[in-house]
Amino acid sequence: MTNAWTDIKNTDLVVVMGGNAAEAHPCGFKWVTEAKAHRGAKLIVVDPRYTRTASVSDLYAPIRPGTDIAFLSGVINYCMANGKVQWEYLRNFTNASFIVKDGFAYQDGLFSGYNEEKRDYDRTSWDYVIGEDGFAVTDPSLQHPRCVWNLLKEHVSVYTPEMVERICGTPKEKFLKVAELISTCSAPGKVMTSMYALGWTQHSSGSQNIRAMAMLQLILGNIGMRGGGMNALRGHSNIQGLTDLGLMSHLLTGYLNMPTEKEPDFAKYMETRQFKPLRPGQTSYWQNYRKFMVSFQKAMWGDSATAENDWNYHYLPKLDVPSYDVLRMFELMYDGKVNGYICQGFNPLLAFPNRAKLTAALSKLKFLITMDPLETETARFWENHGEYNDVDTASIETEVIQLPTTCFAEEEGSLTNSGRWLQWHWAGGTPPGEAQHDTWIMAQIFLRMRELYRKEGGAFPDPLMNLSWDYADPNEPTAEELAREINGRALTDVMDPADPTKVLVPAGKQVLNFSQLKDDGSTMCGCWIYSGCFNEQGNNMARRDNHDPDETGAYLGWTFAWPVNRRTLYNRASADLSGKPWDPTRKIIEWNGEKWTGYDVPDISPTAKPEEVGPFIMNQEGVSRLFTRGMMRDGPFPAHMEPFEAPIPNVMNPKMVGNPVSRVFVTDAEEFGTSAEFPYVGTSYRLTEHFHYWTKHNRVNAALQPEFFVEISEELAKEKGIEKGGWVRVWSKRGSVKAKAVVTKRIRPLVCDGKTVHVVGIPLHWGFTGAAKKGFGPNSLTPFVGDANIETPESKAFLVNIEPSSGPEEASA
Amino acid sequence: MNVELSRRGFLKLAGAGAAGTTLGAMGFGEAEAATVAHVRQFKLTATTEVRNTCPYCSVACGIIIYAKGDASKGEKADILHIEGDVDHPTNRGTLCPKGAALKDFVHSATRLKYPMIRKSGSDRFERVSWDQALDRIARLMKDDRDANFLTHNEAGVPVNRWTSTGMLAASATTNETAWATFKVAKTLGIVGFDNQARV
Repeated sequence: MTNAWTDIKNTDLVVVMGGNAAEAHPCGFKWVTEAKAHRGAKLIVVDPRYTRTASVSDLYAPIRPGTDIAFLSGVINYCMANGKVQWEYLRNFTNASFIVKDGFAYQDGLFSGYNEEKRDYDRTSWDYVIGEDGFAVTDPSLQHPRCVWNLLKEHVSVYTPEMVERICGTPKEKFLKVAELISTCSAPGKVMTSMYALGWTQHSSGSQNIRAMAMLQLILGNIGMRGGGMNALRGHSNIQGLTDLGLMSHLLTGYLNMPTEKEPDFAKYMETRQFKPLRPGQTSYWQNYRKFMVSFQKAMWGDSATAENDWNYHYLPKLDVPSYDVLRMFELMYDGKVNGYICQGFNPLLAFPNRAKLTAALSKLKFLITMDPLETETARFWENHGEYNDVDTASIETEVIQLPTTCFAEEEGSLTNSGRWLQWHWAGGTPPGEAQHDTWIMAQIFLRMRELYRKEGGAFPDPLMNLSWDYADPNEPTAEELAREINGRALTDVMDPADPTKVLVPAGKQVLNFSQLKDDGSTMCGCWIYSGCFNEQGNNMARRDNHDPDETGAYLGWTFAWPVNRRTLYNRASADLSGKPWDPTRKIIEWNGEKWTGYDVPDISPTAKPEEVGPFIMNQEGVSRLFTRGMMRDGPFPAHMEPFEAPIPNVMNPKMVGNPVSRVFVTDAEEFGTSAEFPYVGTSYRLTEHFHYWTKHNRVNAALQPEFFVEISEELAKEKGIEKGGWVRVWSKRGSVKAKAVVTKRIRPLVCDGKTVHVVGIPLHWGFTGAAKKGFGPNSLTPFVGDANIETPESKAFLVNIEPSSGPEEASA
Repeated sequence: MNVELSRRGFLKLAGAGAAGTTLGAMGFGEAEAATVAHVRQFKLTATTEVRNTCPYCSVACGIIIYAKGDASKGEKADILHIEGDVDHPTNRGTLCPKGAALKDFVHSATRLKYPMIRKSGSDRFERVSWDQALDRIARLMKDDRDANFLTHNEAGVPVNRWTSTGMLAASATTNETAWATFKVAKTLGIVGFDNQARV
């Protein structure tokens, strides 16, 4: 989230699209009802199902799963065509005026540079014209035919209300009402917020869904505003934190990147990470990359990381592929190339697509280690549960070691919420049996392996031998010790750059925040964006001052928000070019002639003069990007792409299947179904009573929504002879499930490109362990393909068939 | 309202960062004396209150755990009740149908209590000691790492990666656990390392 949950009360219009906050984030959604009740805010919901969020909306529009880009591009087109633009914001704070290279073009659903064989674009033409002074060329008048604004205008012109209806199935009148209401937020005094979740991410073009809305928010001038922003509602309590800390195959901490084979040494690695400003005087904060990277290496490998040995850069694994993401790992496992797998608090057998493939892959492992407070289907993938898990146990050779861990109530530490608040919590209970903290388990694995390497030698033991593990009890680092490492400290005296005779941070002291980090090895810091969380002032994540001066929703004294306790990202953009708030009733910060002051930590250097330094300080341009250059694999603008399994061909180019640059493994390509065989669109979702697969271990939640069901329209039920509450079989090219049918008015057939499209809703929760009745998950059906940029599986739009059936057989082998 | 005022009063008394105390220690004003007398007999007044965060979605509602026994003092602490934290700016004491049933998660019959091993081809888990489980894991991992670790690619570039063992990290562990996990996994050269955010 760019903003905080508590900030939603400041909005005039909430758009929930690609999410269902009332059910999946109920206590956060209360801030929407707060805004409705006390500000008269409106709520728009765009969703294939009439959800409980929709039930309290002012305007609901149905949409076919996987067509959000067409819808949003239609809204952008509407705003541009009707002059509903926050012009001053657009001219000064976006790259609308930047001139794009002549080679860039878009035709028949594809951008310039497409290579069908490689399923990739040559992105060199997707860039700005750079002048002789080394800066990007702009035309502030927005008249140049090759400026971003005019290229965008042309790009979205095809998405007329008629085209939106043709692709999305949203009736034109409904769409126009939505577009009209959204467009009112182009006024500087009106603000819209976007709340989205996995309904946007779980698509092969998921990243572009989000970009489309971000662009709309920039055109309306809503980024950086109180009550505005792009608000990703993260699904789990700490996936924000785990991602911030770089527990991803392509990341290090704080969004530093894992090196690749093309970067054999540190100099080469840094060469492409200079981040020189693309416009005069801009901050381009990533210019500090080297400081964060060297401090990270020092946090990992302490004294052994020196300037002479490239800070132990060679200890880091170098990637030969863009990422070893989960889909790739299960593909490799399926192919017999993975021997061991560790699942820490993760149940991939129900979380990833094409369960049959997952089971086959896990069966090829030599060993599987699970760490969890609860039983999981993954740990018991070898156990036969009749139709619910029909495996030949004896033939599965995988050794499984299941380790019991503590749960939230028995451990101390911080979790990062969607609004980037790092909130500390304390242990309240004693763990059951012999359950242990994950930190203890990870320490044991490390210490025992290091000991084996000491005794026996082996493959490249250096990183293990030199890993910094300086804890009072090496067997179990405490949460405080780890948090202090994450914050970082001075290793030798750090001198004040303004006065080199003065010590800024004495050796051994915690740094105040990342502004004190150095690239000479004198500081260490585990994760630069978290720096400030535990400094010499103490554990800032444990702060509990809930005062909120003037009730802005900022709560600066409550815990700690990254970066540097800033609550609203890009808040410099809440003020106009001269530094005055666009809307005085929504002031966050303002320029007082000498510095930036206000309710939040300014997202700009406190003394940066407003006319000189742009508000998007992380970008080389200093402004935000409506055109992303070559930074996304599937285009600098979003363009309509069908899901890999779609009920109609792509109207822009009937030959195009799915996202043209998504990675597709050969065996999976054979497992995509066609609409002839599988005429209905399946989509997955969660119920408010459930949290993924965890709550099926709780009697209360298991009883509240006791049985696996699928949701279909009355029209489809009639067509297929399906009774309310009767058993049905739903199957895709990859698998089959049996469920009770919920026949409802909440899902209605849509007409897309002249064809009636039925949607089958498939909730996720059930499995074969826990207190709940046994059942299936949607992942028995979903396709093994991900988003082109980040490899999030396409679980929200796929093809199925459905028929009345008998119930599942319980018998086990 | 009384409860809310009381907790805010507690904050001032105990100061920021305090982990917990009992209701009886708060020093209520006169206006609430009657309430105090009334609740004194309730069993929660004899419990330890600990501030925690709901582990489900990312709204991260504040919760209060009530336990018999004080875990911070190393005592055995049995959790009796969990409710929303009225001081929390986001949820202000409210919880959803999931959060309201958190105690059932803590005390679920399917909580894991002991390390278990399922041997190749077996149809059951067997209980083992932590030492047995961890020594076995270290052995399996080291053998696989030694056999398959790639120090250089074909061009002779040092790549130091281990692709034949992967790891999925949790979605609800603390940042501090995540950092410890990160250090171990990346140091070993594990590249197939993701968290739930990938889904």
